Amino acid sequence: MQLESMYQEIILDHYRRPHHAGLREPYDAQVHHVNPTCGDEVTLRVTLKDAGGEPAIADISYEALGCSISQASTSVMTDMIIGKTVSEGMQASAEFLRLMQSRGEGEPDEDLLGDAVAFEGVSRYPARIKCALLGWMAWKDATARALDGLGQDQSSGE
Amino acid sequence: MTNKVISHGAAKPHAGGSGPSGSGVSPGGGVPPRADTSLPSRAAAAAVLDIEAIRADFPILGREVRGGNPLIYLDSGATAQKPRQVLEAERDFYTTHNAAAHRGAHLLGEEATDAYEAARTRVAAFIGAEPAEIVFTKSATEAINLVAYAMSNAATSGKEAARFAVGPGDEILVTEMEHHANLVPWQQLCERTGATLRWFGVTPQGRLDTSAIGELINTRTRLVAVTGQSNVTGDVPDIGQIAATAHAVGALVVADGAQAVPHRAVDVRALGADFLAFSAHKMLGPSGVGVLWGRRELLEAMPPFITGGSMIEVVRMEGSTFLPPPERFEAGVPAAAQAVGLAAACDYLDGLGMASVEAHEHALTGHALEVVGGIDGVRIIGPLSTEHRGGAVSFVVDGIHPHDVGQVLDELGIAVRTGHHCAWPLHRALGVQASTRATFYVYNTHEEVDALADGIRQAQQFFDGTRGVVPLGRQSGAA
Repeated sequence: MQLESMYQEIILDHYRRPHHAGLREPYDAQVHHVNPTCGDEVTLRVTLKDAGGEPAIADISYEALGCSISQASTSVMTDMIIGKTVSEGMQASAEFLRLMQSRGEGEPDEDLLGDAVAFEGVSRYPARIKCALLGWMAWKDATARALDGLGQDQSSGE
Repeated sequence: MTNKVISHGAAKPHAGGSGPSGSGVSPGGGVPPRADTSLPSRAAAAAVLDIEAIRADFPILGREVRGGNPLIYLDSGATAQKPRQVLEAERDFYTTHNAAAHRGAHLLGEEATDAYEAARTRVAAFIGAEPAEIVFTKSATEAINLVAYAMSNAATSGKEAARFAVGPGDEILVTEMEHHANLVPWQQLCERTGATLRWFGVTPQGRLDTSAIGELINTRTRLVAVTGQSNVTGDVPDIGQIAATAHAVGALVVADGAQAVPHRAVDVRALGADFLAFSAHKMLGPSGVGVLWGRRELLEAMPPFITGGSMIEVVRMEGSTFLPPPERFEAGVPAAAQAVGLAAACDYLDGLGMASVEAHEHALTGHALEVVGGIDGVRIIGPLSTEHRGGAVSFVVDGIHPHDVGQVLDELGIAVRTGHHCAWPLHRALGVQASTRATFYVYNTHEEVDALADGIRQAQQFFDGTRGVVPLGRQSGAA
């Protein structure tokens, strides 16, 4: 059944009990992203740290309103990339984007994506890809802002 | 369970007009006059529709979708499916008459022009208007923008247009339940001109709240924009009351008929509004064509919005003069085939009888409010009674995001809308992030409404942690 391949148990688990949820202080940058077609939204904060001269992700905290796919994807993402360097996070993000654009034909790099391979089924439903990407895009934006020292997102708040 | 059969009125053929025989609409041919255009909307007797015969006219309803399920299409509020009579009318135009209307001295140009103008006459008859009051646009959205931009263009368009000009101190009144298409153009008009945007609120039941009408409509009010039927809650506001109050202070009234004209008889002389916008694709017609109806004397005084070919009178390098309406508002080669398709849709709907269409949807709505609203953990976003209410049934399912509800329904072959349905402020006002919406039309059945309710229950089972125990599937008997 197609639907069960999309709603993998791991996705439903993260949806019911999201990891790293809630907004925490201190943070280096905060963004607010929305999916204009459905109104789903996420407020996401990034805290960076120095890892041997390279920027790394100390924490990602967030508050999200959205469907199971967007909530679970954000939760899985935090598990994956907290503690990683920014460059490792960006690499995972690019791989996840590639998987989402694969229309179910992708061969995801499990080493790179870990639990996020569970979202492969989502790529068969083009209308849901934006749901899976919402948290990732917010993280990329927040991280870019944190690296630029921009801090608070002024543009996309309510 | 009641409402399985619409029980009033005598049975009549499911479609007259262009007829189910599918002989093709002859563009430029005789247009059957509408018998009841001068009557109030509910005066015509409703007949029982032969839904099976109607469904046979819609080829798409025969296809299978996900999981090998037959399609259950409950998203006509977004766009309606097209009967073959409409498809054949468009095809006939392209295969035998195609040319650019209102240009050229050749025979095809003449036929195309005749077909296009006959379509205008047909659409005018459908809403009780004069042909010269029908402006073809590309959509209802463009029709509303036409009025909004004409109003900001009025400031630089001479004395005749001055009555449409707005500026600081003037007020534009909208409602919190509008589709973005009847909200954003007015916000933008206010930003361009310095006028102030005000709005009616909504009641917790999703009805328009007109309790502050005496204050909201005042001597500063220049225009009131209101929907003929909410695309989310189904509420049918009392445009007559609003228009009477607005006209008493000299304000204009724009009605968004996108969700109204397809679903019940609308007579512009009885409506009270000064402008009415609607689109073909939501009323069984093609996409790419919409309609702005405006009172003749208003259209005559209004400056154009989009300019260019076929809307001009004389063009010199120094400046140009414009044709009278409706041509003034129809720059560019018109969408003649689409207009012809819309005329065929008017024939089809009038063949059914708009009173019968309304009665059928009324019954489906009542049934849906009962079987969907009756599910534990499901809350209807909108009035729970069918009084002054159209067939948009939006709901939230506790603990399940609308996207996820829609996904399960899609797996069962049931097409619904999920999200905010281009009415974000309304959702915010009602305290919901998003909703799932079912909308009904002439081809929908009570069995499909039952399948919807069953699908919602399956979504609840799927997401409550017991998935695998109850596999998804259509219950036998569902259409």
